Amino acid sequence: MKEVVEKIKNLKDSIGRPVKLMEVCGTHTVAIFRHGIRNVIPKDITLLSGPGCPVCVTPIKDVDVAIALSRLSNVSLTTFGDMMRVPGNKKSLFDAQAEGANIKIVYSPIDALKIAAEDKEKKIVFFATGFETTSPSVAGTLFEAEKMDIDNFYIYSAHKIVPPALKALLDSKDVRIDGLILPGHVSTIIGSRPYEFIASDYRVPSVITGFDADDILESIMMLLEQIASGRAAVEIQYKRAVKEEGNQKAVSLINEYFEPCDANWRGIGVIPRSGLTLKDKYSHRDVNKVIHIDVPEAQEPKGCQCGLVLRGVKIPTDCPLFGKACTPERPVGACMVSTEGSCAAYYKYSGVYHG
Amino acid sequence: MCLAVPSKIISIEGNRAVVDVYGAQREISILLMENELEVGDYVLVHAGFAIQKLDEEDAKERIDMIVKITAIPE
Repeated sequence: MKEVVEKIKNLKDSIGRPVKLMEVCGTHTVAIFRHGIRNVIPKDITLLSGPGCPVCVTPIKDVDVAIALSRLSNVSLTTFGDMMRVPGNKKSLFDAQAEGANIKIVYSPIDALKIAAEDKEKKIVFFATGFETTSPSVAGTLFEAEKMDIDNFYIYSAHKIVPPALKALLDSKDVRIDGLILPGHVSTIIGSRPYEFIASDYRVPSVITGFDADDILESIMMLLEQIASGRAAVEIQYKRAVKEEGNQKAVSLINEYFEPCDANWRGIGVIPRSGLTLKDKYSHRDVNKVIHIDVPEAQEPKGCQCGLVLRGVKIPTDCPLFGKACTPERPVGACMVSTEGSCAAYYKYSGVYHG
Repeated sequence: MCLAVPSKIISIEGNRAVVDVYGAQREISILLMENELEVGDYVLVHAGFAIQKLDEEDAKERIDMIVKITAIPE
């Protein structure tokens, strides 16, 4: 690893200007802090966190709909634990659960299906959040639900797709990005081809990256090599888990059940064709088609800078609420809620704000 | 949220498999796998589904490393 760090320094010197790299996966955000990557690379390589935390980008409205569903007597809402603390307009799923709403945390959507098989009296709704890493698991669960004829299993899809968000980010020109650290496990599913436009249309280098310290350092080195030589390509560092063509079976399962739709990203806004909705053929699994829920439009909390943080325009410590009005114990914005949110990661690992 | 854990296949029955994850056993689905799996293979598991087969040597090495890092000294 020492040689890689040395090579990063040499490449940085040969580039001769500050370099901004962005990671777009919350698991990377945490890994970069945990491995202390910033401490071993030159100070003028800035590592920004992009919109890579599915929990953080799930809009307030989706949380409010999930809460409203969980309060219906004939519904049991199932969700990944990550979503429980996310503040909606007024409350979180945890608050609703404490008030008696029927909410169960599951590790896998398959566990939600098992609940549906056992409790035929209720409509079991899975709050389906996550990027391409997660949507195949939900598609796989829908496959099982159809096969086993479990007709009281529904989903509320808040799934997001990563490449359109990267395109929106590069189009916004809010911040100059010299290179992208691309997500590892999203790419396990989709492969490297859906990112080709980053190199061909925007001339930005990108590297699909694993999550260990040696992976991240090697990826930074590969990005700097591209920048130093004026190249822009999509490269795979995380070869042990990512193939160029991805996992085609998983992709075809996503495409069997879902189709792209315009989606709202919390703090960013609507990005065309960046979400997944159930196809008409499977509308009997779509809770929106079975139960009509109307919740009021919600505003982001006053002073919250999550939108700017998610776009890499600001870092968490630039936000006036950070560490004062907004802490992991009492989060105001979504980036402070999820352990993979950049504000929560800064708070936990920066060492400035506690002990 | 996109965390995926390297796991070793212990047994397979249809689309379901039991894996060993750092010493704990868990049932997963192998529905998303493109190629046939065998007992002893290593896979990456996310949200109860295997999402990719891993190279055995590399997976072993990385699992050993994590076990060493997280071990509590006696």
